[in-house]
Amino acid sequence: MTTATVTGKPEEPVVATKNYLTEGGVTLRSWLLTRDHKRIAILYTLSITLFFFVGGAAATLIRLNLVTPSGIFTPDIYNRLFTLHGVIMVWFFLIPSIPNTMGNFLIPLMIGAKDLAFPRLNLLSWYLYVGAGFLALFAIVIGGVDTGWTFYTPFSSLYSNGYVVLALAAVLAVGFSSILTGLNFIVTTHRMRAPGMTWYRLPVFVWSNYATSVIMVLATPVLAITLILVAAERLLKVGIFDPALGGDPLLFQHLFWFYSHPAVYIMILPGFGVISEIVPCFARKPLFGYKFVVWSSIAISVIGFFVWAHHMFVAGISLYAGLVFSLLSYVIAVPSAIKVFNWTATLHKGWISFDAPMLYALGFIGLFTIGGLTGLFVANLAFDVHVTDTYFVVAHFHYIMVGGMVSAYFGGLHYWWPKVTGRLYPEWWARIAALLIFFGFNLTFFPQFILGYLGMERRYYSYPPEFQAWNILSSAGASVLAVGYALPFFYLGWSLFRGKRAGANPWAATGLEWQTPSPPPTHNFDRTPTVSRPPYQYRPEPEPQDV
Amino acid sequence: MSDTAPIPRPEPQYATAGQQAEAATFGMWVFLATEVLFFGGLLLAYTWLRASHPDGVAEAGRHTKVVIGSVNTMVLLTSSLTMAWSVHAAEQGRQKALTRLLAATALLGLLFLGLKGYEYHGEWTEHLVPGLNFHQDGPHARTIELFYFLYFLLTGLHGIHVTIGIVLIALLTVRARRGAFSARCYTPVEVTGLYWHFVDIVWIFLYPLIYLVGRSGP
Amino acid sequence: MTTGTTGLPRTYLFTWAALVGLLAATLALAYVPMPGPLNLVLALGISVAKALLVLALFMKLFRAPALTRAAAAAGLFWLAVLFALSATDYLTRKVEPVGDLSAPTGREYQQGGR
Repeated sequence: MTTATVTGKPEEPVVATKNYLTEGGVTLRSWLLTRDHKRIAILYTLSITLFFFVGGAAATLIRLNLVTPSGIFTPDIYNRLFTLHGVIMVWFFLIPSIPNTMGNFLIPLMIGAKDLAFPRLNLLSWYLYVGAGFLALFAIVIGGVDTGWTFYTPFSSLYSNGYVVLALAAVLAVGFSSILTGLNFIVTTHRMRAPGMTWYRLPVFVWSNYATSVIMVLATPVLAITLILVAAERLLKVGIFDPALGGDPLLFQHLFWFYSHPAVYIMILPGFGVISEIVPCFARKPLFGYKFVVWSSIAISVIGFFVWAHHMFVAGISLYAGLVFSLLSYVIAVPSAIKVFNWTATLHKGWISFDAPMLYALGFIGLFTIGGLTGLFVANLAFDVHVTDTYFVVAHFHYIMVGGMVSAYFGGLHYWWPKVTGRLYPEWWARIAALLIFFGFNLTFFPQFILGYLGMERRYYSYPPEFQAWNILSSAGASVLAVGYALPFFYLGWSLFRGKRAGANPWAATGLEWQTPSPPPTHNFDRTPTVSRPPYQYRPEPEPQDV
Repeated sequence: MSDTAPIPRPEPQYATAGQQAEAATFGMWVFLATEVLFFGGLLLAYTWLRASHPDGVAEAGRHTKVVIGSVNTMVLLTSSLTMAWSVHAAEQGRQKALTRLLAATALLGLLFLGLKGYEYHGEWTEHLVPGLNFHQDGPHARTIELFYFLYFLLTGLHGIHVTIGIVLIALLTVRARRGAFSARCYTPVEVTGLYWHFVDIVWIFLYPLIYLVGRSGP
Repeated sequence: MTTGTTGLPRTYLFTWAALVGLLAATLALAYVPMPGPLNLVLALGISVAKALLVLALFMKLFRAPALTRAAAAAGLFWLAVLFALSATDYLTRKVEPVGDLSAPTGREYQQGGR
């Protein structure tokens, strides 16, 4: 692995006029029938951004409703709003976010390959995503669903008058998209590495996406069958999940959470990967404890399958099962904590610069830690009985998903923006946006820990008046957050046309993706690289940045 | 062994044809692992039903058509034989044998589906189709309905997999007839064979769970 | 290895014969009354044997690269996790049915169906 050369002279950016954006056609058809992983990554980024804003619009309406204790929407509409928010954000934003955008773009580059193992499957997975997206939007537009993203039975299978089957079909389709992506990444990582690229020379980003793919591939099929069962039950009015007809609602919950708990690790593991790339680069130090970080990712993907019933502590499972799952849920905090320690140790005695990616990464470390620690709170059986179905849980998972994962997504977006587009984004605007996001996020979600502990229930359109002050704070934070999220849309878009041209390696980063021009040529590398050194060969001195 | 057959060119992202073949085979095994979890979820539901309503399930099991089920199992096992045999023929570069064996496998698959359809028709006339025309008497009626709900889902999903397999094998037959495969290049046959054997294995487990329940009882 | 001029490898023929034999056995044994869950245990055991025959001799799993065997093992292991951890709940909880399961519930006329 090469490091940036220290010549004392800024290099002239090589304007890569022949790159994946210009080669291979510029027509719509060439994009829609592409097999290039980089173009597919762009297609995904566009669609995911659209859904981020749809889910965000729902969140805006939710926070608007919660400004007053009696709400402004009817309970029925409110139920459809939080369901929309959950379904869209989980399945159409968070799960595909980093893997299908950055993973698709970068994994072949990082391992020295020309493409993924199965490019046509990759394109198919995008079409499945888009088709599923249309179905979901259609279901929303004709009336929506009110079951929550968790589709608990027998409400979803028997009582709800929303468009449940349509929503289930959409999630089923996007699940297949997920399985195909995971399959592609697993085979690619095993079989397509360049000569010399041994497992322990891989960037942590690749390991993280690999761990994510294992979960995608093994957990999503169980979701698929569960959704089929609910849809069949609803259409045929049978009762496998309905006690009055001889069924068991807990059977649904076991099957559902067997997928949905590992799903949260699908959502966060790629974020860990991004942070592990950004922190060494902006601290100019090799990642501390590489093997620990790598194996803790694998540990999370495995142990993540053993903890699902902690979502069911008060649902009626036996106390013995509650004990087992509570204990295992404590265990899984360990590998996450190991990562946080390693990132922090990487910072220690590093040469830290506060570019936007680093701001997002530092925000991630802090916010993820808070989210993760509150996970320990809810893993505790006694405490969970008190806070289940309150805003405490809502705050817990938003700290991880939004404070953590969305920050990682934005951090990665900024870090690799020069590579993907060949342009630099305006740094000061990016820093302002990052700070607004951090501030807005905490103002939105910290009050929710307090609200939850005080007893405010989640998924309710109204609440007792004594909670109003905290809710106003939270909604105020949401408006700041909205501005923070909207800003990148503008300045990143601007940079596409007016941004300074970026060279191959504007951050003086290590990694094979930085050894090829920005934007990369269609076939990624002119010559297949050979690798002989470990990753993250940074030295903690100021490097001249090539502009 | 045919040495005059054209050496296949790998796709651009692969360095060698061997790498591409390995990736394809590994990819199929990963896919089969996902299918294990897919059917596995449904089997968890079945396990729950049988464990919590053993008498009802035993009674429901006695309504299943064991003759058709057993014949179908024979059919699928034989189709696995012809499929494995066809991979062997491909390995040896014997194009005509390959084509015929693939066609035989597809035909056996169609026979399976035909018998299944006949069986479903029988279940329709006996009012055993939940949600559509289910009507049974006796104290276990609800359990029988749940059993048949799972029965139709299990065999229906399996049947969809069989159908997909038949389509794939039919396409392979056409390609084989045109000489697309040689001793050096027959990965699609091998990979489809893996899929087909898996579909057979699923049925191997479904057979006793559906047809052999409660047979030793009243 | 092959049988006569048909080109059918003997191993495959014997595998098929064994599979058919096991099918006959499982069918016959199903009609024999046995104590407890023995019927089920035997039937599943025979299924496992048949599956192993197909995996080993038709799919050649045990001669495949370690990575392939790992993928197959992973599928089975995770299925086992699903069953085992669900069992920590189901085996430690007794569900007492209350009321008359066969009575009509009125749910038959529920809306839904979308």
